[in-house]
Amino acid sequence: MTISGRVWKYGDNVDTDVIIPARYLNLSDPQELARHCLEDLDAGFAGAVRPGDIIVAGANFGCGSSREHAPLAIKAAGVSCVVAESFARIFFRNAINIGLPILECPAAARATAAGQHLDIDLAAGIIRNVETGETFHANPYPPFMLDLIAAGGLIEYTRRRLAAGRTGSGAACCE
Amino acid sequence: MSPMTLAEKILAAHAGLPEVAPGMLIDARVDLVLANDITAPIAIREFEKLGVSRVFDPARIALVPDHFAPNKDIKSAEQCLTMRRFAREQGIVHYYEVGRMGIEHVLLPEQGLVAPGDLVVGADSHTCTYGALGAFATGMGSTDIAVAMATGRVWLKVPETVRIVFTGSLQPWVGGKDLILYTIGQIGVDGARYQAVEFCGPAIDALSMDGRFTMANMAIEAGAKAGLFSPDDKAMAYVAPRVSRPYAACTPDPGARYVRTLEWDVSALEPQVAFPHLPSNVRAVSEAGGVRIDQAVIGSCTNGRWEDLELAARVLRGRRVHSDVRCIIIPGTQEIYRRLAREGLLETFVEAGAAVSTPTCGPCLGGYMGVLAAGERCISTTNRNFVGRMGHPQSEVYLANPAVAAASAVLGRIGSPAELGL
Repeated sequence: MTISGRVWKYGDNVDTDVIIPARYLNLSDPQELARHCLEDLDAGFAGAVRPGDIIVAGANFGCGSSREHAPLAIKAAGVSCVVAESFARIFFRNAINIGLPILECPAAARATAAGQHLDIDLAAGIIRNVETGETFHANPYPPFMLDLIAAGGLIEYTRRRLAAGRTGSGAACCE
Repeated sequence: MSPMTLAEKILAAHAGLPEVAPGMLIDARVDLVLANDITAPIAIREFEKLGVSRVFDPARIALVPDHFAPNKDIKSAEQCLTMRRFAREQGIVHYYEVGRMGIEHVLLPEQGLVAPGDLVVGADSHTCTYGALGAFATGMGSTDIAVAMATGRVWLKVPETVRIVFTGSLQPWVGGKDLILYTIGQIGVDGARYQAVEFCGPAIDALSMDGRFTMANMAIEAGAKAGLFSPDDKAMAYVAPRVSRPYAACTPDPGARYVRTLEWDVSALEPQVAFPHLPSNVRAVSEAGGVRIDQAVIGSCTNGRWEDLELAARVLRGRRVHSDVRCIIIPGTQEIYRRLAREGLLETFVEAGAAVSTPTCGPCLGGYMGVLAAGERCISTTNRNFVGRMGHPQSEVYLANPAVAAASAVLGRIGSPAELGL
């Protein structure tokens, strides 16, 4: 799967409180959440983001609370991928689980500026900066997580396993 | 067999493996699954897509309406209703209604739902609190929790373990909050990202259970997957009257491999204050510069336990909250609330001019019961001081221990109990 999009660039430690402030946690509809995505960090984002746009950020993206509302809001806002130097671990799980593509790639994150465009080959983990022509390789996923991603997320992955009469998550056997 | 850290031993036992090593992906059985009124509605929606009709075990799921409960508005009421209906349909044993509930991470250990050696997953990042009991407890999102509710199992990557040794003995008015703020200040908000942290040393041996809960609670603020304490006599004495089911406590093996070991002498440590807008932005209270405050919040899953409120009462007894300050005190559970009433602390707080609330997460995440306006500053015993955490994105939150928060409420500025002659 190849993704192309315009970049929104942010710094380190983008926390889940600024991705979706708690005053909106009485909502769970992704479209409603998307209207407030990144509101306390960049009030212009939700109004100007276009389908396919890419968020590029520094270290520890998505730190803070476990709220799945954060990746849900980003995905429903139309963001096609988040590239960061690193991700907080709960956000990382949540994004994979709900089918929001994310790539950990410090070199690409550092070398990309707001407004530039990236072409991303998700399966291969290759990120190309359209403006500069530079190419980067993201940290690879283990095979089990590729299966999760291929299934579209944890629910569909688990539903298929349960329907097939298998218990357990399958993590160990796929390692 | 290789010697294992506490986290590795618990994970190996729950994966049915003789041993595990950092980086391994495992499939593990869980002892308890938790969700609240914010995270359960999404978990229930995802659970219903799985094609199963019943949860794996209605006695091993805890559902607690604590974030925006008692319901703060219509939408919150609907979220609580979604969770309440699910709890009734599924026969969830550990559903706690308003009037019986508490802040989840104060309530669950108090009610004996977590034991040493357990593996607990919760749709709340502060699930790591239970590490104080020697459990491996970690926060996840709603979708992970949906699958755990259906299957009783989760996938996990075995984390590396960082060992932090605290030597020396603590000064007066210095406790678990100061140790964990100091730790986050030293290693940063991602200093233990994807890792487990084992807290140990003479200063930890001397620390109360309430102090240990505070430390484990904020392990996530350093990015950690879990923050653990080897269960000692104090932990076993805490658990003995509360936990009725069998459990398998374990301790780290001598010679276990740690990715790094840090050792700090904390004998001279002052109370710590985390300035906006990161929990790692820590200074000693004497260097806080007398920042004026509009509000003080004392409570939360971090510092809403008996010992925390007793410390606040010692500071507030016979004193008055500053005329420019709103002081809001929130006991963590109904049991703590009742003890406050029985032992006269409620009267101390009200006489001092503080507002005392029923248990709720409320203001900690800017929900209600103390939301901040633009430009307002709050000293708080909670766990996060991110931009907009307690309300307007231009408000500010300063994190501190309960004695410092109470002293600051009296002074009208950030200050220590020592400044009140205590």
